[in-house]
Amino acid sequence: MENLHIDQHISRKYNEELEGLRNKVMIMGGMVEKQSRNALEALIKGDSKLAETVATSDYRVNSMEVEIDAECTDILARRQPAASDLRMIITVIKTITDLERIGDEAEKIGRFALKLANNQEPQSYYSELHHLGEHVIEMLHGALDAFARMDVEAAVRVAGRDPEIDQEFEALTRMLITHMMEDPREVKNVLRLNWCARSLERIGDHSANICEYVIYLVKGHDVRHVRLEQIQEQYIQKK
Amino acid sequence: MERNENMQAVLMNENNVSSKLTEGKVEDLRECDIRESAKVREYETIGEPFTDNAKICARDVNVYYGDKQAIIDVSLDIGRNEITAMIGPSGCGKSTFLRTMNRMNDIIPDCRFEGNIKLDGEDIYDKEMDTVLLRARVGMVFQKPNPFPKSIYENVAYGPRIHGLAQNKAELDDIVEKSLRRASLFDEVKDQLEKPGTGLSGGQQQRLCIARAIAVGPEVILMDEPCSALDPIATASIEELMDELKEKFTIVIVTHSMQQAARVSQRTAYFHLGKVIEVGDTKEVFTTPKHELTENYITGRIG
Repeated sequence: MENLHIDQHISRKYNEELEGLRNKVMIMGGMVEKQSRNALEALIKGDSKLAETVATSDYRVNSMEVEIDAECTDILARRQPAASDLRMIITVIKTITDLERIGDEAEKIGRFALKLANNQEPQSYYSELHHLGEHVIEMLHGALDAFARMDVEAAVRVAGRDPEIDQEFEALTRMLITHMMEDPREVKNVLRLNWCARSLERIGDHSANICEYVIYLVKGHDVRHVRLEQIQEQYIQKK
Repeated sequence: MERNENMQAVLMNENNVSSKLTEGKVEDLRECDIRESAKVREYETIGEPFTDNAKICARDVNVYYGDKQAIIDVSLDIGRNEITAMIGPSGCGKSTFLRTMNRMNDIIPDCRFEGNIKLDGEDIYDKEMDTVLLRARVGMVFQKPNPFPKSIYENVAYGPRIHGLAQNKAELDDIVEKSLRRASLFDEVKDQLEKPGTGLSGGQQQRLCIARAIAVGPEVILMDEPCSALDPIATASIEELMDELKEKFTIVIVTHSMQQAARVSQRTAYFHLGKVIEVGDTKEVFTTPKHELTENYITGRIG
Protein backbone atom coordinates (compact mmCIF):
# COMPACT_ATOMS: atom_id res chain seq x y z
CA MET A 1 0.00 0.00 0.00
CA GLU A 2 3.10 2.19 0.05
CA ASN A 3 2.58 3.01 -3.60
CA LEU A 4 -0.82 4.41 -4.34
CA HIS A 5 -1.33 3.25 -7.88
CA ILE A 6 -3.75 5.90 -8.94
CA ASP A 7 -3.24 4.97 -12.58
CA GLN A 8 -4.41 1.38 -12.29
CA HIS A 9 -8.17 1.54 -12.12
CA ILE A 10 -10.25 -0.54 -14.45
CA SER A 11 -11.89 2.71 -15.52
CA ARG A 12 -9.31 4.70 -17.44
CA LYS A 13 -11.41 7.83 -17.08
CA TYR A 14 -11.22 7.49 -13.30
CA ASN A 15 -7.41 7.33 -13.57
CA GLU A 16 -7.47 10.50 -15.60
CA GLU A 17 -9.74 12.26 -13.13
CA LEU A 18 -7.53 11.43 -10.16
CA GLU A 19 -4.34 12.19 -12.05
CA GLY A 20 -5.82 15.49 -13.22
CA LEU A 21 -6.85 16.35 -9.69
CA ARG A 22 -3.37 15.69 -8.37
CA ASN A 23 -1.81 17.76 -11.13
CA LYS A 24 -4.09 20.67 -10.29
CA VAL A 25 -3.04 20.53 -6.64
CA MET A 26 0.58 20.61 -7.81
CA ILE A 27 -0.13 23.62 -10.00
CA MET A 28 -1.89 25.37 -7.13
CA GLY A 29 1.05 24.51 -4.87
CA GLY A 30 3.43 25.99 -7.44
CA MET A 31 1.37 29.19 -7.59
CA VAL A 32 1.32 29.52 -3.81
CA GLU A 33 5.04 28.86 -3.55
CA LYS A 34 5.75 31.53 -6.15
CA GLN A 35 3.46 34.01 -4.36
CA SER A 36 5.27 33.34 -1.08
CA ARG A 37 8.69 33.70 -2.69
CA ASN A 38 7.71 36.94 -4.41
CA ALA A 39 6.20 38.29 -1.21
CA LEU A 40 9.43 37.65 0.66
CA GLU A 41 11.55 39.18 -2.08
CA ALA A 42 9.33 42.27 -2.31
CA LEU A 43 9.57 42.67 1.46
CA ILE A 44 13.33 42.26 1.73
CA LYS A 45 14.22 44.31 -1.36
CA GLY A 46 11.54 46.95 -0.83
CA ASP A 47 10.27 46.25 -4.33
CA SER A 48 6.91 48.00 -4.40
CA LYS A 49 6.01 46.83 -7.89
CA LEU A 50 6.51 43.17 -7.01
CA ALA A 51 4.68 43.76 -3.72
CA GLU A 52 1.70 45.08 -5.60
CA THR A 53 1.69 42.10 -7.96
CA VAL A 54 1.67 39.74 -4.98
CA ALA A 55 -1.05 41.70 -3.20
CA THR A 56 -3.33 41.59 -6.22
CA SER A 57 -2.82 38.02 -7.55
CA ASP A 58 -4.29 35.98 -4.73
CA TYR A 59 -7.60 35.68 -6.60
CA ARG A 60 -5.99 33.10 -8.90
CA VAL A 61 -5.14 30.85 -5.98
CA ASN A 62 -8.65 31.32 -4.63
CA SER A 63 -10.36 30.37 -7.87
CA MET A 64 -8.10 27.32 -8.13
CA GLU A 65 -9.26 26.25 -4.68
CA VAL A 66 -12.90 26.53 -5.73
CA GLU A 67 -12.24 24.62 -8.94
CA ILE A 68 -10.44 21.74 -7.21
CA ASP A 69 -13.10 21.56 -4.51
CA ALA A 70 -15.79 21.22 -7.18
CA GLU A 71 -13.86 18.40 -8.83
CA CYS A 72 -13.52 16.57 -5.52
CA THR A 73 -17.26 16.87 -4.93
CA ASP A 74 -17.88 15.55 -8.41
CA ILE A 75 -15.63 12.51 -7.90
CA LEU A 76 -17.18 11.80 -4.49
CA ALA A 77 -20.66 11.91 -5.97
CA ARG A 78 -19.98 9.89 -9.08
CA ARG A 79 -17.26 7.44 -8.11
CA GLN A 80 -17.84 6.82 -4.40
CA PRO A 81 -14.11 6.38 -3.88
CA ALA A 82 -12.92 3.92 -1.23
CA ALA A 83 -9.68 3.19 0.60
CA SER A 84 -6.64 4.98 -0.87
CA ASP A 85 -8.77 6.81 -3.45
CA LEU A 86 -11.00 8.12 -0.68
CA ARG A 87 -7.96 9.17 1.33
CA MET A 88 -6.61 10.89 -1.78
CA ILE A 89 -9.77 13.00 -2.14
CA ILE A 90 -9.85 13.87 1.58
CA THR A 91 -6.16 14.78 1.44
CA VAL A 92 -6.70 17.01 -1.58
CA ILE A 93 -9.65 18.81 0.02
CA LYS A 94 -7.63 19.48 3.16
CA THR A 95 -4.40 20.35 1.37
CA ILE A 96 -5.97 23.00 -0.83
CA THR A 97 -7.52 24.67 2.22
CA ASP A 98 -4.04 25.06 3.71
CA LEU A 99 -2.63 26.16 0.35
CA GLU A 100 -5.31 28.81 0.07
CA ARG A 101 -4.47 30.10 3.56
CA ILE A 102 -0.78 30.21 2.62
CA GLY A 103 -1.87 32.29 -0.37
CA ASP A 104 -3.69 34.66 2.02
CA GLU A 105 -0.59 35.00 4.19
CA ALA A 106 1.53 35.77 1.12
CA GLU A 107 -1.01 38.40 0.11
CA LYS A 108 -0.79 39.98 3.57
CA ILE A 109 3.01 40.10 3.37
CA GLY A 110 2.66 41.68 -0.07
CA ARG A 111 0.40 44.41 1.30
CA PHE A 112 2.74 45.17 4.21
CA ALA A 113 5.71 45.14 1.82
CA LEU A 114 3.95 47.79 -0.23
CA LYS A 115 3.61 50.01 2.86
CA LEU A 116 7.17 49.32 3.99
CA ALA A 117 8.70 49.92 0.55
CA ASN A 118 8.94 53.68 1.12
CA ASN A 119 10.90 53.13 4.25
CA GLN A 120 14.32 53.21 2.65
CA GLU A 121 16.47 52.73 5.71
CA PRO A 122 18.07 49.28 5.51
CA GLN A 123 17.41 47.54 8.77
CA SER A 124 19.74 45.17 10.53
CA TYR A 125 17.00 42.66 11.37
CA TYR A 126 16.09 42.25 7.70
CA SER A 127 18.68 39.51 7.47
CA GLU A 128 16.95 37.56 10.27
CA LEU A 129 13.61 38.08 8.57
CA HIS A 130 15.11 36.95 5.30
CA HIS A 131 16.51 33.87 6.98
CA LEU A 132 13.14 33.01 8.52
CA GLY A 133 11.46 33.53 5.14
CA GLU A 134 13.90 31.30 3.28
CA HIS A 135 13.50 28.66 5.93
CA VAL A 136 9.70 28.76 5.64
CA ILE A 137 9.69 28.64 1.85
CA GLU A 138 12.06 25.67 1.90
CA MET A 139 9.59 23.98 4.20
CA LEU A 140 6.67 24.75 1.90
CA HIS A 141 8.67 23.44 -1.05
CA GLY A 142 9.51 20.28 0.89
CA ALA A 143 5.86 19.74 1.84
CA LEU A 144 4.74 20.06 -1.79
CA ASP A 145 7.52 17.73 -2.85
CA ALA A 146 6.49 15.14 -0.26
CA PHE A 147 2.92 15.41 -1.53
CA ALA A 148 4.00 14.97 -5.16
CA ARG A 149 6.09 11.91 -4.38
CA MET A 150 3.80 10.66 -1.58
CA ASP A 151 6.95 10.33 0.48
CA VAL A 152 6.19 9.74 4.15
CA GLU A 153 9.76 10.06 5.39
CA ALA A 154 10.23 13.37 3.62
CA ALA A 155 6.90 14.56 5.05
CA VAL A 156 8.01 13.66 8.58
CA ARG A 157 11.36 15.41 8.09
CA VAL A 158 9.72 18.57 6.74
CA ALA A 159 7.09 18.68 9.50
CA GLY A 160 9.94 18.28 11.98
CA ARG A 161 11.31 21.67 11.00
CA ASP A 162 8.30 23.56 12.30
CA PRO A 163 9.62 23.96 15.87
CA GLU A 164 12.80 25.60 14.52
CA ILE A 165 10.66 28.11 12.69
CA ASP A 166 8.60 28.83 15.77
CA GLN A 167 11.82 29.49 17.68
CA GLU A 168 13.18 31.74 14.96
CA PHE A 169 9.93 33.68 14.94
CA GLU A 170 10.02 34.15 18.71
CA ALA A 171 13.64 35.33 18.64
CA LEU A 172 12.79 37.78 15.88
CA THR A 173 9.80 39.10 17.80
CA ARG A 174 11.97 39.72 20.86
CA MET A 175 14.41 41.59 18.68
CA LEU A 176 11.67 43.71 17.15
CA ILE A 177 10.26 44.55 20.60
CA THR A 178 13.69 45.75 21.69
CA HIS A 179 13.90 47.86 18.59
CA MET A 180 10.48 49.43 19.22
CA MET A 181 11.51 50.33 22.73
CA GLU A 182 14.70 51.94 21.49
CA ASP A 183 13.03 53.99 18.81
CA PRO A 184 9.32 54.64 19.39
CA ARG A 185 9.04 56.54 16.07
CA GLU A 186 9.57 53.22 14.31
CA VAL A 187 6.83 51.34 16.13
CA LYS A 188 4.43 51.42 13.19
CA ASN A 189 6.88 49.96 10.69
CA VAL A 190 8.38 47.46 13.10
CA LEU A 191 4.89 46.22 13.95
CA ARG A 192 4.27 45.72 10.26
CA LEU A 193 7.45 43.70 10.05
CA ASN A 194 6.31 41.62 12.97
CA TRP A 195 3.04 40.91 11.17
CA CYS A 196 5.04 39.73 8.18
CA ALA A 197 7.14 37.46 10.38
CA ARG A 198 3.93 36.13 11.87
CA SER A 199 2.58 35.39 8.40
CA LEU A 200 5.76 33.52 7.51
CA GLU A 201 5.49 31.49 10.68
CA ARG A 202 1.89 30.62 9.76
CA ILE A 203 3.01 29.46 6.32
CA GLY A 204 5.33 27.06 8.17
CA ASP A 205 2.37 25.74 10.19
CA HIS A 206 0.27 25.20 7.07
CA SER A 207 3.18 23.38 5.40
CA ALA A 208 3.46 21.10 8.42
CA ASN A 209 -0.29 20.38 8.10
CA ILE A 210 0.19 19.35 4.48
CA CYS A 211 2.91 16.94 5.61
CA GLU A 212 0.48 15.38 8.07
CA TYR A 213 -2.06 14.87 5.28
CA VAL A 214 0.61 13.11 3.21
CA ILE A 215 1.16 10.65 6.06
CA TYR A 216 -2.61 10.10 6.24
CA LEU A 217 -2.79 9.59 2.49
CA VAL A 218 -0.05 6.97 2.35
CA LYS A 219 -0.37 5.25 5.72
CA GLY A 220 -4.01 5.84 6.58
CA HIS A 221 -3.10 7.13 10.04
CA ASP A 222 -4.35 10.48 11.24
CA VAL A 223 -1.30 12.06 12.89
CA ARG A 224 -2.78 15.48 13.63
CA HIS A 225 -2.23 16.54 17.24
CA VAL A 226 0.23 13.69 17.74
CA ARG A 227 3.58 14.63 19.27
CA LEU A 228 6.29 15.18 16.72
CA GLU A 229 8.74 12.83 18.46
CA GLN A 230 6.14 10.08 18.32
CA ILE A 231 5.56 10.62 14.59
CA GLN A 232 9.29 10.58 13.93
CA GLU A 233 9.74 7.42 15.92
CA GLN A 234 6.93 5.68 14.10
CA TYR A 235 7.74 6.61 10.52
CA ILE A 236 11.46 7.27 10.27
CA GLN A 237 13.14 4.45 12.14
CA LYS A 238 11.59 1.68 10.07
CA LYS A 239 14.20 1.11 7.43
CA MET B 1 3.78 6.09 -23.75
CA GLU B 2 3.33 3.88 -20.76
CA ARG B 3 -0.21 3.18 -21.75
CA ASN B 4 0.97 2.10 -25.19
CA GLU B 5 3.32 -0.35 -23.59
CA ASN B 6 0.52 -1.61 -21.41
CA MET B 7 -1.68 -2.02 -24.43
CA GLN B 8 1.04 -3.95 -26.17
CA ALA B 9 1.47 -6.18 -23.18
CA VAL B 10 -2.26 -6.81 -23.17
CA LEU B 11 -2.29 -7.55 -26.88
CA MET B 12 0.64 -9.90 -26.55
CA ASN B 13 -1.13 -11.63 -23.74
CA GLU B 14 -4.23 -12.00 -25.82
CA ASN B 15 -2.17 -13.40 -28.67
CA ASN B 16 -0.71 -15.89 -26.29
CA VAL B 17 -4.12 -16.89 -25.10
CA SER B 18 -5.53 -17.29 -28.58
CA SER B 19 -2.50 -19.21 -29.82
CA LYS B 20 -2.86 -21.50 -26.86
CA LEU B 21 -6.48 -21.96 -27.68
CA THR B 22 -5.83 -22.60 -31.36
CA GLU B 23 -3.18 -25.13 -30.49
CA GLY B 24 -5.76 -26.73 -28.28
CA LYS B 25 -3.58 -26.39 -25.21
CA VAL B 26 -6.37 -25.62 -22.84
CA GLU B 27 -4.33 -27.34 -20.18
CA ASP B 28 -1.78 -24.48 -20.23
CA LEU B 29 -4.49 -22.00 -19.37
CA ARG B 30 -5.63 -24.12 -16.51
CA GLU B 31 -2.04 -24.29 -15.31
CA CYS B 32 -1.97 -20.49 -15.19
CA ASP B 33 -5.05 -20.54 -13.04
CA ILE B 34 -3.55 -23.18 -10.84
CA ARG B 35 -0.33 -21.23 -10.45
CA GLU B 36 -2.27 -18.09 -9.52
CA SER B 37 -4.38 -19.93 -7.01
CA ALA B 38 -1.28 -21.71 -5.70
CA LYS B 39 0.06 -18.24 -4.90
CA VAL B 40 -3.17 -17.18 -3.24
CA ARG B 41 -3.24 -20.47 -1.35
CA GLU B 42 -0.14 -19.32 0.53
CA TYR B 43 -1.79 -16.17 1.88
CA GLU B 44 -2.67 -16.04 5.53
CA THR B 45 -5.94 -14.30 6.31
CA ILE B 46 -5.09 -10.88 7.67
CA GLY B 47 -7.14 -8.66 9.95
CA GLU B 48 -9.40 -10.11 12.61
CA PRO B 49 -11.10 -13.30 11.41
CA PHE B 50 -12.08 -14.25 14.97
CA THR B 51 -14.36 -12.43 17.40
CA ASP B 52 -15.38 -12.91 20.99
CA ASN B 53 -18.89 -14.24 21.40
CA ALA B 54 -19.20 -15.53 17.85
CA LYS B 55 -22.49 -17.00 16.64
CA ILE B 56 -20.89 -19.20 14.02
CA CYS B 57 -17.31 -20.45 14.08
CA ALA B 58 -15.95 -21.92 10.86
CA ARG B 59 -12.55 -23.59 11.05
CA ASP B 60 -10.33 -24.94 8.25
CA VAL B 61 -13.20 -25.16 5.82
CA ASN B 62 -12.45 -26.65 2.40
CA VAL B 63 -15.14 -27.17 -0.20
CA TYR B 64 -14.69 -29.04 -3.47
CA TYR B 65 -16.97 -29.28 -6.49
CA GLY B 66 -15.72 -32.51 -8.04
CA ASP B 67 -11.95 -31.99 -8.31
CA LYS B 68 -12.19 -28.21 -8.27
CA GLN B 69 -11.58 -26.61 -4.91
CA ALA B 70 -13.94 -23.68 -4.28
CA ILE B 71 -13.01 -22.86 -0.67
CA ILE B 72 -9.47 -23.13 0.66
CA ASP B 73 -8.74 -23.33 4.40
CA VAL B 74 -11.24 -20.71 5.47
CA SER B 75 -11.43 -19.96 9.18
CA LEU B 76 -13.86 -17.23 10.06
CA ASP B 77 -16.16 -16.19 12.89
CA ILE B 78 -19.58 -14.69 12.34
CA GLY B 79 -20.34 -12.20 15.11
CA ARG B 80 -23.56 -12.43 17.08
CA ASN B 81 -26.24 -9.80 16.42
CA GLU B 82 -24.28 -8.01 13.80
CA ILE B 83 -24.14 -7.96 10.03
CA THR B 84 -21.17 -9.60 8.38
CA ALA B 85 -20.64 -8.78 4.72
CA MET B 86 -18.77 -11.09 2.38
CA ILE B 87 -17.42 -9.42 -0.73
CA GLY B 88 -15.19 -10.48 -3.59
CA PRO B 89 -15.13 -10.99 -7.34
CA SER B 90 -17.33 -13.59 -9.05
CA GLY B 91 -16.18 -17.12 -8.41
CA CYS B 92 -14.25 -16.22 -5.24
CA GLY B 93 -16.30 -18.66 -3.15
CA LYS B 94 -18.29 -16.23 -1.05
CA SER B 95 -21.69 -17.70 -1.98
CA THR B 96 -20.34 -21.23 -1.57
CA PHE B 97 -19.11 -20.33 1.88
CA LEU B 98 -22.46 -18.73 2.73
CA ARG B 99 -24.23 -21.93 1.75
CA THR B 100 -21.97 -24.09 3.90
CA MET B 101 -23.45 -22.35 6.92
CA ASN B 102 -26.86 -23.99 6.51
CA ARG B 103 -25.65 -26.96 4.49
CA MET B 104 -27.35 -25.88 1.29
CA ASN B 105 -24.36 -27.34 -0.55
CA ASP B 106 -25.46 -30.82 0.55
CA ILE B 107 -28.04 -30.71 -2.22
CA ILE B 108 -25.37 -30.24 -4.89
CA PRO B 109 -24.02 -33.56 -6.16
CA ASP B 110 -20.22 -33.70 -6.34
CA CYS B 111 -19.87 -31.14 -3.57
CA ARG B 112 -17.56 -32.22 -0.78
CA PHE B 113 -17.07 -30.44 2.52
CA GLU B 114 -14.10 -30.64 4.88
CA GLY B 115 -13.61 -28.80 8.12
CA ASN B 116 -15.75 -27.73 10.94
CA ILE B 117 -18.57 -25.23 11.40
CA LYS B 118 -20.14 -24.65 14.78
CA LEU B 119 -23.38 -22.84 15.47
CA ASP B 120 -23.30 -21.77 19.12
CA GLY B 121 -20.75 -24.52 19.75
CA GLU B 122 -22.81 -27.21 18.03
CA ASP B 123 -21.23 -28.94 15.03
CA ILE B 124 -23.63 -28.46 12.14
CA TYR B 125 -21.93 -31.14 10.08
CA ASP B 126 -22.52 -33.73 12.78
CA LYS B 127 -24.17 -36.91 11.43
CA GLU B 128 -27.01 -36.44 13.90
CA MET B 129 -27.78 -32.92 12.70
CA ASP B 130 -31.22 -32.62 11.10
CA THR B 131 -30.67 -30.33 8.12
CA VAL B 132 -34.35 -29.34 7.99
CA LEU B 133 -34.14 -28.07 11.56
CA LEU B 134 -30.76 -26.50 10.84
CA ARG B 135 -32.21 -24.54 7.95
CA ALA B 136 -35.01 -23.34 10.18
CA ARG B 137 -32.36 -22.02 12.58
CA VAL B 138 -30.21 -20.63 9.78
CA GLY B 139 -32.60 -19.16 7.23
CA MET B 140 -31.78 -17.92 3.79
CA VAL B 141 -32.88 -15.15 1.44
CA PHE B 142 -31.91 -15.45 -2.18
CA GLN B 143 -30.90 -13.12 -4.96
CA LYS B 144 -34.19 -13.29 -6.79
CA PRO B 145 -37.32 -13.00 -4.69
CA ASN B 146 -38.85 -16.47 -4.84
CA PRO B 147 -42.24 -16.44 -3.10
CA PHE B 148 -44.26 -19.67 -3.30
CA PRO B 149 -47.09 -19.53 -5.82
CA LYS B 150 -49.50 -19.19 -2.94
CA SER B 151 -51.19 -16.40 -1.05
CA ILE B 152 -49.17 -13.87 0.93
CA TYR B 153 -50.53 -15.41 4.12
CA GLU B 154 -49.60 -18.96 3.09
CA ASN B 155 -46.10 -17.89 2.09
CA VAL B 156 -45.41 -16.87 5.66
CA ALA B 157 -47.56 -19.50 7.39
CA TYR B 158 -46.06 -22.47 5.55
CA GLY B 159 -42.86 -22.77 7.56
CA PRO B 160 -44.36 -22.34 11.05
CA ARG B 161 -47.05 -24.88 10.12
CA ILE B 162 -44.71 -27.66 8.98
CA HIS B 163 -42.45 -27.05 11.96
CA GLY B 164 -45.49 -27.16 14.24
CA LEU B 165 -44.82 -23.76 15.73
CA ALA B 166 -48.50 -22.84 16.08
CA GLN B 167 -51.17 -24.71 18.06
CA ASN B 168 -54.13 -23.12 16.36
CA LYS B 169 -55.24 -20.65 13.71
CA ALA B 170 -55.05 -17.67 16.06
CA GLU B 171 -51.43 -18.38 16.92
CA LEU B 172 -50.57 -18.85 13.27
CA ASP B 173 -52.28 -15.54 12.42
CA ASP B 174 -50.20 -13.94 15.12
CA ILE B 175 -46.90 -15.35 13.74
CA VAL B 176 -47.81 -14.24 10.21
CA GLU B 177 -48.64 -10.71 11.34
CA LYS B 178 -45.54 -10.38 13.50
CA SER B 179 -43.26 -11.67 10.74
CA LEU B 180 -44.79 -9.37 8.16
CA ARG B 181 -44.49 -6.46 10.56
CA ARG B 182 -40.87 -7.27 11.30
CA ALA B 183 -40.20 -7.34 7.57
CA SER B 184 -41.88 -3.91 7.28
CA LEU B 185 -44.48 -5.30 4.91
CA PHE B 186 -47.60 -5.72 7.01
CA ASP B 187 -49.08 -2.25 6.52
CA GLU B 188 -48.74 -2.56 2.77
CA VAL B 189 -50.40 -5.98 2.47
CA LYS B 190 -52.74 -6.30 5.47
CA ASP B 191 -55.87 -5.97 3.33
CA GLN B 192 -54.75 -8.44 0.68
CA LEU B 193 -53.29 -11.36 2.63
CA GLU B 194 -55.24 -13.82 0.48
CA LYS B 195 -53.84 -12.48 -2.78
CA PRO B 196 -50.94 -14.33 -4.41
CA GLY B 197 -47.47 -13.37 -3.19
CA THR B 198 -46.22 -13.34 -6.76
CA GLY B 199 -48.45 -10.34 -7.48
CA LEU B 200 -46.39 -8.04 -5.25
CA SER B 201 -43.66 -5.73 -6.51
CA GLY B 202 -40.06 -6.99 -6.50
CA GLY B 203 -39.13 -5.16 -3.31
CA GLN B 204 -42.30 -6.33 -1.58
CA GLN B 205 -41.67 -9.91 -2.75
CA GLN B 206 -38.17 -9.79 -1.29
CA ARG B 207 -39.55 -8.50 2.01
CA LEU B 208 -42.13 -11.29 1.86
CA CYS B 209 -39.25 -13.77 1.51
CA ILE B 210 -37.57 -12.18 4.51
CA ALA B 211 -40.86 -12.45 6.45
CA ARG B 212 -41.04 -16.10 5.41
CA ALA B 213 -37.47 -16.67 6.60
CA ILE B 214 -38.06 -15.05 9.98
CA ALA B 215 -41.45 -16.68 10.57
CA VAL B 216 -39.79 -19.91 11.72
CA GLY B 217 -37.77 -18.03 14.33
CA PRO B 218 -34.28 -18.44 12.94
CA GLU B 219 -31.13 -17.38 14.75
CA VAL B 220 -29.15 -16.53 11.65
CA ILE B 221 -30.27 -15.16 8.30
CA LEU B 222 -28.04 -15.74 5.30
CA MET B 223 -28.62 -13.33 2.43
CA ASP B 224 -27.23 -14.04 -1.00
CA GLU B 225 -27.33 -10.77 -2.92
CA PRO B 226 -30.77 -9.89 -1.59
CA CYS B 227 -30.99 -6.55 -3.38
CA SER B 228 -29.39 -7.20 -6.74
CA ALA B 229 -32.78 -7.47 -8.47
CA LEU B 230 -34.27 -4.46 -6.68
CA ASP B 231 -34.41 -0.73 -7.38
CA PRO B 232 -32.64 1.73 -5.06
CA ILE B 233 -35.78 2.51 -3.07
CA ALA B 234 -36.58 -1.13 -2.39
CA THR B 235 -32.87 -1.66 -1.66
CA ALA B 236 -32.90 1.15 0.90
CA SER B 237 -35.93 -0.33 2.65
CA ILE B 238 -34.32 -3.79 2.79
CA GLU B 239 -31.14 -2.26 4.18
CA GLU B 240 -33.14 -0.35 6.78
CA LEU B 241 -34.87 -3.61 7.64
CA MET B 242 -31.56 -5.46 8.00
CA ASP B 243 -30.39 -2.84 10.44
CA GLU B 244 -33.47 -3.44 12.60
CA LEU B 245 -33.28 -7.21 12.25
CA LYS B 246 -29.73 -7.38 13.53
CA GLU B 247 -31.00 -6.53 17.02
CA LYS B 248 -32.60 -9.96 17.11
CA PHE B 249 -30.78 -12.02 14.50
CA THR B 250 -27.29 -12.59 13.19
CA ILE B 251 -27.05 -11.67 9.54
CA VAL B 252 -24.56 -12.66 6.88
CA ILE B 253 -24.82 -10.97 3.51
CA VAL B 254 -23.07 -11.69 0.24
CA THR B 255 -23.12 -8.67 -2.02
CA HIS B 256 -21.48 -7.37 -5.17
CA SER B 257 -22.29 -3.83 -4.16
CA MET B 258 -19.36 -2.56 -2.15
CA GLN B 259 -21.36 0.47 -1.14
CA GLN B 260 -24.01 -1.82 0.26
CA ALA B 261 -21.45 -3.79 2.26
CA ALA B 262 -20.01 -0.50 3.52
CA ARG B 263 -23.46 0.83 4.45
CA VAL B 264 -25.00 -2.12 6.25
CA SER B 265 -22.30 -4.30 7.75
CA GLN B 266 -20.23 -4.11 10.89
CA ARG B 267 -17.61 -6.58 9.70
CA THR B 268 -16.43 -7.31 6.19
CA ALA B 269 -14.63 -10.34 4.81
CA TYR B 270 -12.91 -10.16 1.43
CA PHE B 271 -12.76 -13.43 -0.55
CA HIS B 272 -10.41 -14.07 -3.44
CA LEU B 273 -10.01 -17.35 -5.35
CA GLY B 274 -11.49 -19.37 -2.50
CA LYS B 275 -9.49 -17.77 0.29
CA VAL B 276 -10.46 -15.22 2.87
CA ILE B 277 -7.83 -12.57 2.26
CA GLU B 278 -8.84 -9.99 4.81
CA VAL B 279 -11.43 -9.66 7.56
CA GLY B 280 -12.01 -6.63 9.70
CA ASP B 281 -14.11 -3.83 10.95
CA THR B 282 -16.06 -2.53 7.95
CA LYS B 283 -14.91 1.04 8.57
CA GLU B 284 -11.29 -0.03 8.46
CA VAL B 285 -11.64 -2.29 5.44
CA PHE B 286 -13.15 0.52 3.41
CA THR B 287 -10.78 3.29 4.48
CA THR B 288 -7.49 1.53 5.19
CA PRO B 289 -7.50 -2.03 3.88
CA LYS B 290 -4.36 -3.92 4.83
CA HIS B 291 -4.04 -6.32 1.92
CA GLU B 292 -3.26 -5.13 -1.58
CA LEU B 293 -5.85 -7.48 -3.11
CA THR B 294 -8.57 -5.97 -0.92
CA GLU B 295 -7.45 -2.47 -1.82
CA ASN B 296 -7.45 -3.30 -5.52
CA TYR B 297 -10.91 -4.83 -5.38
CA ILE B 298 -12.69 -2.11 -3.44
CA THR B 299 -11.11 0.71 -5.40
CA GLY B 300 -11.75 -0.89 -8.78
CA ARG B 301 -8.15 -1.47 -9.77
CA ILE B 302 -6.73 -4.16 -11.99
CA GLY B 303 -5.43 -6.81 -9.62
